[in-house]
Amino acid sequence: MHPFLYTLAADEPTARRIAATDPAAAFIAGGTTLIDLMKLNVEHPAQLVDITRLPLAKVEELPDGGIRVGAMVRNSDLANHMLIQARYPVLSQALLAGASPQLRNMATTGGNILQRTRCWYFRDTATPCNKRDPGSGCSALHGQNRIHAVLGASDHCIATHASDMCVALAALGAIVRIHGPSGDRALPFSIFHLVPGAHPERETALQHGELIVGIDIPRLPFATRSVYLKVRDRRSYAFALASAAVALDIRDGIIRDARVALGGVATKPWRSQAAESALVGKTAGSAAYHAAAMAALEGAVPRARNAFKIELAKRTLMRALARAGALA
Amino acid sequence: MIGDPVSRVDGRLKVTGAARYSAEWPIDNLAYGVIVQSTVAKGMITAFDTEHARSSPGVVAVYTADNAPALPDKGRAAMKPPAGRELSLLQDRAVRYNGEPIGLVVAEKFEQATHAASLVRAQYESHTPLIDMQSALPSAYPYKPNINGSFPPATQRGDLAAGLAAADARIDATFTAPIETHNSMEPHNTIAQWDGDQLTLYDSTQFVYGVKRFIAKIFGIPEANVRVISHFTGGAFGSKGAPWSHVVLAAMAARALNRPVKVVLTRKQMFGLVGARPHTVQHLKLGARKDGTLTAMEHRSISSTSSFEEWVEPVTLATRLMYACSNQQTAHELVRLDVGTPTFNRGPGESSGIFALESAMDELAVKLAMDPIELRLRNYAERDPESGLEWSSKSLRQCYSLGAERFGWSRRRAEPRSVRDGDAFVGIGMSSATYPARRAPASALARLMPDGMIVVQAATHELGTGTYTIMTQIAADALGVPIERVRFELGDTRLPENPISAGSLTAQSTGTAVHLAAVALHDKIAAMRGDVTTIVSARDLVTRGGGQPIEARADAKPGDEQKAFSMHSFGAIFAEVRVDASLGTVKLSRMLGAYGVGRILNPKTARSQMIGGMIYGLGMTLTEDTLLDARTGRYLNADLAEYLVPVNADIPEIDVMFMDERDPQTNPLGTKGIGEIGCVGVTAAIANAVYNATGVRVRDLPITLDKILGHTSFAD
Ligand SMILES: Cc1cc2nc3c(=O)[nH]c(=O)nc-3n(C[C@H](O)[C@H](O)[C@H](O)COP(=O)(O)OP(=O)(O)OC[C@H]3O[C@@H](n4cnc5c(N)ncnc54)[C@H](O)[C@@H]3O)c2cc1C
Ligand code: SF4
Repeated sequence: MHPFLYTLAADEPTARRIAATDPAAAFIAGGTTLIDLMKLNVEHPAQLVDITRLPLAKVEELPDGGIRVGAMVRNSDLANHMLIQARYPVLSQALLAGASPQLRNMATTGGNILQRTRCWYFRDTATPCNKRDPGSGCSALHGQNRIHAVLGASDHCIATHASDMCVALAALGAIVRIHGPSGDRALPFSIFHLVPGAHPERETALQHGELIVGIDIPRLPFATRSVYLKVRDRRSYAFALASAAVALDIRDGIIRDARVALGGVATKPWRSQAAESALVGKTAGSAAYHAAAMAALEGAVPRARNAFKIELAKRTLMRALARAGALA
Repeated sequence: MIGDPVSRVDGRLKVTGAARYSAEWPIDNLAYGVIVQSTVAKGMITAFDTEHARSSPGVVAVYTADNAPALPDKGRAAMKPPAGRELSLLQDRAVRYNGEPIGLVVAEKFEQATHAASLVRAQYESHTPLIDMQSALPSAYPYKPNINGSFPPATQRGDLAAGLAAADARIDATFTAPIETHNSMEPHNTIAQWDGDQLTLYDSTQFVYGVKRFIAKIFGIPEANVRVISHFTGGAFGSKGAPWSHVVLAAMAARALNRPVKVVLTRKQMFGLVGARPHTVQHLKLGARKDGTLTAMEHRSISSTSSFEEWVEPVTLATRLMYACSNQQTAHELVRLDVGTPTFNRGPGESSGIFALESAMDELAVKLAMDPIELRLRNYAERDPESGLEWSSKSLRQCYSLGAERFGWSRRRAEPRSVRDGDAFVGIGMSSATYPARRAPASALARLMPDGMIVVQAATHELGTGTYTIMTQIAADALGVPIERVRFELGDTRLPENPISAGSLTAQSTGTAVHLAAVALHDKIAAMRGDVTTIVSARDLVTRGGGQPIEARADAKPGDEQKAFSMHSFGAIFAEVRVDASLGTVKLSRMLGAYGVGRILNPKTARSQMIGGMIYGLGMTLTEDTLLDARTGRYLNADLAEYLVPVNADIPEIDVMFMDERDPQTNPLGTKGIGEIGCVGVTAAIANAVYNATGVRVRDLPITLDKILGHTSFAD
């Protein structure tokens, strides 16, 4: 870990001013991603701006029936919030499927969105990695890549986005609210995270100095019928090999609307509109779920050790859809 | 007393944080050492750049091969495999695995040393390493020395070819397992403090006397000048049996700086630097007649070692004695990889070997359409088939039958995929288990103190296994006093010498010495016509004797009985799994271990020990895999988020049964040792259950979902 300055920001303007003026500054929230990577010398901010005291820890109802979540809301609080459990069970389930209770108590909503990949090479400064050290090469491409992505990858990077929460938020079509040096912005989840392309070091649309103040989750009445399913090597405290967040609007046995997103298999939280289209208008049941799974994994590219993920993701999605379909 | 479920006498110390582990000793003027590691796997260091590190805040010294104090014989003075090993002591510039220690930074604070260590740069002339086991297999060569000093590396009895030819059914299968890293809860650590030419080491170890001798030789100083203290060790599993590089580096720096130095490994540094269970590739051939009688057994093991030292996983030792089969061959081969040297890891040999043997027996049972337990009983070894000796005790038959009854084995359906529970196929499987009952010389001192307490001392170790507790019980039992009257002291080379706490031999060896010392003290007091049963009378006795403690010492060692009998523990493991019919995930839903392991000194700590072992085996079966990059030899998943050991959610109710056994031969207490057998057989029981559930035979550990999902015979 490199030496760094530390400031506990008392208010948002202070936090943003420091971050905007120091190109080597970073916000720190729960620290569960950042401190970890600092210890590994993967990240070395010269200055940490602690934002945990900012008044951004509320979960509020919006007039249109959506929910606004402050960036500082802890993962455990969000998961156990009554409104979330009632309206977006998929989000609560996704949060509870992530990390461990201790980590969830520290981790924040804003930090979770910005968590970094668990690619082993990214975390090891002794190996080449385009994401950590642009242009150095991708060690995973021809290396140990059992946990890597089959969707959204490029020959420059095949790392997965590791968040569970974000998969649910992608399915729910959440909006990321940002305050920054050049004004306030609200970005739909679908364009917030970037696929690696030729620049895996660029992971999100966030610019330096911009602060995530929270997310809005739009009203989605049928999300009461939603499910998050995570498949992993160990039954708790492990990242997803494949996961699915789904919501189904079923009336008279027909799927009227659907939301589908995949995790553990893609370079970003992976909403699949193709899968959604394959579901809408169909009779709820295994034929439709199978078609959705095929559509979702269309174009998936296997690497030497992760080909199983294509089949696993399909089956995970089918199982999640079947569970959602079976809900009252 | 003996046989009572006494709660841990050190339990309160542990839960309140008062139990003092080695790294926690408060030492004045302590400096912190952090190891610098290589970033290539094979080659020579051509240059060090230590300037930035040296000028970094708080740094006291930076040692590399350029300036490290020279050790006698270049640091190889204590080489005596398998325990006295080749370490990385900055005596030359060779690099032999990725992550090998190439320097030590000492600073005022741990954080300062950590940062400065990251500033040390090395340049290498590097060569392509050999890392991948499969690619290395063609280079396998026979291992020649005796295994663990006493077992021939290869054996042959009868006529294997004839036995195979006579068989009605044959199995020919290959079983593989990856490197498994121990990952004790407490990282390896040591504090080294010199007082003139006297060295004290506070070390996390399984063997204080071993460390003392090793370190004395390494530095070329008299053994008497070295004292090793280790009151609590936070898990070891074989990885703290003999000292690794950090112990010597701490002592080396402390001497050069004339200041105490502490070195605590990081979790990452526990991958490669301190041993692991090696890769194994096992070839198994079995032949049997229709009635199940084994006509031939061949077990060949290839295991990995490092490029610079031979360490063999004693894979086939259990196969030699498990079944009455007159035609058998076993052999061990090694391949050299550019990785850290492997070492003993809980149930070394048995845990890995029984996986292959008992999986193959299951395959044979399937082929013969026989009940797996029936097949085992058909080949039950009434005597040790290798030596021809009588068993000192063996209740494996009861383990099978009582275990099967309690587990509900009779409800098992032989046909795979015939039991379904919701999304999952349900299957059950079983395996035999065995582990030798070893014993080594040990000594103990028992003293009646002026305050009426009885202090018993033996330089053994508390690894978390319950040593403090059972030794206290043994002494109290012999003296006929409540356990509150006894204080047991261990982990200090000022106390009577005891063997390594490994090989499941502590209860037998140290336990016997403690028992004999307590008996001797009891007899001495009886001869004085004293009475120790109450504090008052005990105090009286000491006062009458002039106020000096009354003491008795015992030196206990195994005798001729060792040659007259074959001494082994046995067990039968039963597992039930639920394998998701679509996703391939394996969930262990029940497990039972039925054991004949000699006399149980304390059913509570014994049960914990067995459960711990079974969970260790569960990790080996379903999740543990030390991932290396085949091109660079980097250890990739070197932390507890990525190296998957079981968590509570993976662990079901585990049931343990002990057969009523008291071995008449092993030692006066009748114990056989329970440290390791718990993790033996778990892998095969689970693998066999997975087969029973799904019809998929996974012969490659760990049994992850992709190995099931990818199987053609597996589709929902
Ligand atoms: C061992 C381990 C296991 C884990 N397992 C899982 C798992 O199974 N599933 C899962 O989903 N996650 C898992 N995680 C990841 C965990 O969810 C994230 O680390 C956590 O959500 C990050 O939140 P934080 O508040 O601690 O972020 P921090 O570490 O504080 O910050 C992360 C990044 O976001 C930036 N940042 C934080 N807040 C803001 C903001 N408001 N505006 C702008 N920038 C900001 C920081 O500068 C930093 O770059 C695991 C983590 C660990 C360490
Ligand atoms: S997959 Fe991405 S993160 Fe991993 S080594 Fe390649 S470039 Fe780096």
